[in-house]
Amino acid sequence: MVIKSGTIQFKENPSIASTGVVVGPMEKKSTFAESFDVILPLENEKGQTYEQANTHFIEKACKESLRKGHEKLENVDVFIGGDLVNQLSPTNFAARQLAIPFLGVFSACASSVESVILGSLLLESGNATSVLAGASSHHPSVERQFRYPLEYGTQRAGTSQWTVTAAGFALLQKHAKNAPIITHATIGRVIDGGQKNPLFMGAAMAPAARDTIERHLANTNSRMADFDVIMTGDLGKIGLSILKEMFQDENSGVILQDAGAQFYGEDKFFKAGASGAGCSAAVFFSHVFNQLKSGVYKRVLLVATGALLSPLTFQQGETIPCIAHAIECRMEKRG
Amino acid sequence: MDQKQFEKIVDNQTPKTPLFMNMLKAFLVGGIICTIGQLITFFYIRFFPFTEKTAGNPTVATLVFIAMILTGTGLYKKIAQIGGAGSAVPVTGFGNAVISASLEHKTEGYVLGVGGNMFKLAGSVIVFGVLSAFIVALIKTILVKMGVVSW
Repeated sequence: MVIKSGTIQFKENPSIASTGVVVGPMEKKSTFAESFDVILPLENEKGQTYEQANTHFIEKACKESLRKGHEKLENVDVFIGGDLVNQLSPTNFAARQLAIPFLGVFSACASSVESVILGSLLLESGNATSVLAGASSHHPSVERQFRYPLEYGTQRAGTSQWTVTAAGFALLQKHAKNAPIITHATIGRVIDGGQKNPLFMGAAMAPAARDTIERHLANTNSRMADFDVIMTGDLGKIGLSILKEMFQDENSGVILQDAGAQFYGEDKFFKAGASGAGCSAAVFFSHVFNQLKSGVYKRVLLVATGALLSPLTFQQGETIPCIAHAIECRMEKRG
Repeated sequence: MDQKQFEKIVDNQTPKTPLFMNMLKAFLVGGIICTIGQLITFFYIRFFPFTEKTAGNPTVATLVFIAMILTGTGLYKKIAQIGGAGSAVPVTGFGNAVISASLEHKTEGYVLGVGGNMFKLAGSVIVFGVLSAFIVALIKTILVKMGVVSW
């Protein structure tokens, strides 16, 4: 049911039955490393191209999610996912292996939450009973597409972020007790803050995150303090500070968090933090999911942020339009 | 929130680039690379029949070869993170640009992949290098003809 433009209330409260998160070797350094299901020792196995490796990560995350949810692949009605490589090849190729009905989505790093929103809508309308939704990113495949060759010697600026190698997928099912539920979603608007620097995504994406969070709070009649945490996807350390300053809410200091800013802790090598569609997917579907399931968090807002640029548009001097999609998850009291 | 307010927040939160330190590091790294190049030149003059004028070519080839090994082993990008322009401007930076692009596109085959993409980054160095050499030569030719300078 639409409450107000863009904000949806899920009366049926679809639940996140289980999740699967598979990450690469660099992500072993993550502060969330203990929550990830599988940490693979190599970015790509011998004889595998980076793109094939990305596909492999997606398949593995989906299977992990099904294994944990005790569900068979043939019982899944729809598979929804996205990544950052041209034409979504890795996700398309993973869908070829999984061989279940498939919807590919792209909203850059916001694809993770966009998939979950679409999946929840299918469940809500009764057109599906089981949906696999999520997103992935793979450092080497994404870098070569958006930036420079991997071994090219360029100085990474303090504002730059590190694209994570991670795939995170969730098994969404009809309402169930003892599982986190999805109560609301807010579909993002494309917001352009006039930023042009592709190595400073935090500043470009912060206005989109602010717009979505603000609309969600207004449309659901809630305040920031009603949430245990409002977590954005990959604004990074600097982007998060910008977002906090934009809000000027006394609660924004504690409640507003960012998956990308926390991902690699204080390790200076990663500069402003992590980014990528896999960043939000990995953190939301591991750490946040676990915290919800164990009852530490009772109500959270997950806001995946995406910068909708391409190497072409930025070379043509265009600014970076951005989008942020949000889902509100809750954990009901046990018993 | 209007655009100006937003720009102000971004400015506030963006860490300043340590310009002086970066320049110092670039100077040192670039300087070390050039010193190594000079030593290689002396080596070719001392042990091979090269003169100061002709030793340039084998020196460049040797430096590019070293850059190739450093790129392949993943060391060049670590040097570049410290050196910045200091490691990009010398000929080793050119070598790194060619080799990193070649490595990257190996999966698309040798002809369309490696061959087609090898100069993706370094291509503009060649284009503008040749162009500026042509313009400089043209100016000098005119000056020589006018009798202002001699070859």
